[in-house]
Amino acid sequence: MTLLYTEVEEELRASVRDLLADRCGFDAVLKRVESDTPYDMELWKTLGREIGVAGLLVPEEYGGAGASAREAAVVLEELGRAVAPVPFLTSAVLATKALLEVGEEDLIQELASGETTAALVVPLAASPYRPLRETVTVGEDGTLSGEVRGVAGADVADVLLVPVGSALYRVEAEHARIEVVPSLDLTRPVATVAFSGARGEVLGHFERRKVLAFGAGLLASEQLGVAEWCLETTLAYIKERHQFARPIGSFQAIKHRMADLWLDVVRARAAARNAADLLAAPSDHLAPSGASGAAGADAELAAAVAGSWCSEVALHVAEESVQLHGGIGMTWEHPVHLYLKRAKASEIALGAPGAHREAVAELADLPAPA
Amino acid sequence: MTGEDVASLAREFLAAHDPGDRLEFLRARFDAGLAWVHFPKGLGGLGAPRELQQVVERELAGTPQLDTGVQGIGLGMAAPTILAFGTEEQKKRFLRPLWTGEEIWCQLFSEPGAGSDLATLGTRAVRDGDEWVVDGQKVWTSGAHHARWAILVARTDPDVPKHRGMTYFVCDMHAPGVEVRPLRQITGEAEFNEVFLTGVRLGDDLRLGEIGDGWRVAQMTLMNERVAIGGAPVRRGGGMVGVVAETWRSRPELRTHDLHQRLLRLWVESEVTRLAGARLREQLSVGQPGPEGSGMKLSFASLNQALSGLDVELRGEEGLEYDDWSFRRSDSVDFFGRGAGYRYLRAKGNSIEGGTSEILRNIVAERVLGLPSEPRVDKDVPWKDLPR
Repeated sequence: MTLLYTEVEEELRASVRDLLADRCGFDAVLKRVESDTPYDMELWKTLGREIGVAGLLVPEEYGGAGASAREAAVVLEELGRAVAPVPFLTSAVLATKALLEVGEEDLIQELASGETTAALVVPLAASPYRPLRETVTVGEDGTLSGEVRGVAGADVADVLLVPVGSALYRVEAEHARIEVVPSLDLTRPVATVAFSGARGEVLGHFERRKVLAFGAGLLASEQLGVAEWCLETTLAYIKERHQFARPIGSFQAIKHRMADLWLDVVRARAAARNAADLLAAPSDHLAPSGASGAAGADAELAAAVAGSWCSEVALHVAEESVQLHGGIGMTWEHPVHLYLKRAKASEIALGAPGAHREAVAELADLPAPA
Repeated sequence: MTGEDVASLAREFLAAHDPGDRLEFLRARFDAGLAWVHFPKGLGGLGAPRELQQVVERELAGTPQLDTGVQGIGLGMAAPTILAFGTEEQKKRFLRPLWTGEEIWCQLFSEPGAGSDLATLGTRAVRDGDEWVVDGQKVWTSGAHHARWAILVARTDPDVPKHRGMTYFVCDMHAPGVEVRPLRQITGEAEFNEVFLTGVRLGDDLRLGEIGDGWRVAQMTLMNERVAIGGAPVRRGGGMVGVVAETWRSRPELRTHDLHQRLLRLWVESEVTRLAGARLREQLSVGQPGPEGSGMKLSFASLNQALSGLDVELRGEEGLEYDDWSFRRSDSVDFFGRGAGYRYLRAKGNSIEGGTSEILRNIVAERVLGLPSEPRVDKDVPWKDLPR
């Protein structure tokens, strides 16, 4: 294992970064989030076709890249740095991981090609550690009815993957009513997904906790990317911005805050890398019990640590970034607000920091008071 | 040289030497190049990559080990500085007994009037033929009472701006005029000393680096000091958080919800700091300590303080007691030993020793992040004209 980046990972990063620099600049992202189609599906198809990101986690025998959580994490860092409005986390990580867990073999090939996009129909705010409120039921005729709020990536999905109990149903998107709601995070809006007697096909059974914890562990890398962008942008700004005839970055009141933020980000990088590395292990069975229980518990603890630390760091750095930009940081025309919104929304996503720390209490044997 | 080469050298060494005689074994280990493999051949090393040291440690586990507490300053600070700036004679003379522990080292840097602003120090060294005559007072010198040698920075030219007029020496702690007095701390004990230097004569062959180049040489020492102090525990849940977690697990009656929330936060912060330390070590194994080490030391200081404070609070009534206030010398530093009250008080030093947290934030801001320094009023003024 290594907490550093491998050469292959750095090459992957460079290709994603180049493409995003070309196609996903701030002006383009801002224009897009003001439109009716906030997701950039053209960019998403190109990322899939040219770099193969859609099938990163899919084994080669199913047409994927056969890569691991480590590579997916590097892609997430870059997508976070650009607040890129593409459904990588929702389709290529969460939906794909769910399909891998149930052992599905056909749809996963379509996802790997990037031609089909899927979404796991759970609230983005779902905690891995608590049972979900079951709001979708299966009728006697086998059709699905009910409503799930706060789902990310559903409005651009061709296929919906709907958990009911431990079963995973496949529902074609045209059989659901998907209503995007005005969302705090402009670059990853959420939607209400409603079914009334929708035809569904059972794909198999899976453990939700495992899929959501995997997602939370990888979301930490996206949060790292958000934090890095905010830190670098703020750093450049305070070197340029003069007040009292000095760059404001020469005042200790500001330098010391920047040093603390840098240190938080250094530790976020180590935490995110560690989670990606342990989630990439072949026996990434996240359940605390079972054949590979010890390794699984280690991966789940690493994901909980990264989830709690990186959520808070991304948000803190984004908030400090707004403050240190002063007036310009409050404007619509400066990109930092998109990062603040992403950071705040992803703080809640897949387990809030406190939920991850509760999991740490269990996994690191630090029990709560009786 | 590969890990396998190093491992087989270590195994051959072990087969040929009796670990029963500790000192002879350590001397032979140094001579075999297995002391610090990244040092050059003939100076305790093999000229191998630094990360292969762990291979040696693994092969020689269970054999006589160094006393890293007492030898800490020699190993962590003096040795890399001597290697980088010493003459061949100095390297040959000092490194072997430094490593085996036959000669203990201490550090004569800080002064009552020169703490964070170390470069303003006033201990004078005046040239007299082939010798230097040193006069002044140093403070916060741990281990001075058993040290054979010290690394010393002194002012050799008061007429130039402060950073330019210093020279770095090896000080003979047995020389006439060296007086060591214990300095009692808030913990009650005396871990540190004051050192008075009165007409101490040092040969010019004890000078390390060029005359007037002392500040640059001292930077090498200080970078290594921060890496040494900031070296986070390697095991998950170890170090100060392990001490508190042990209290937490074994004393369920002390638990409250508020303490639980705070403990979990600190546990997570300890873990990410440990991981960042491990990542830094991976980077170091291919290069040299950079200013990033300053960051680790910052985290380590604030975590130790928060955790040791939580431990005292968690213990409730028992937290009102203190194990021992007697004024006595302690031979090595143990941040994690003794009672909770001692650990709490000792941890207060973590954000002061080896660079205060404020200075370390400046270092990170200026050398890592490239931010401009505060305007300086002392930069071009001769040292002798500075207000003090």
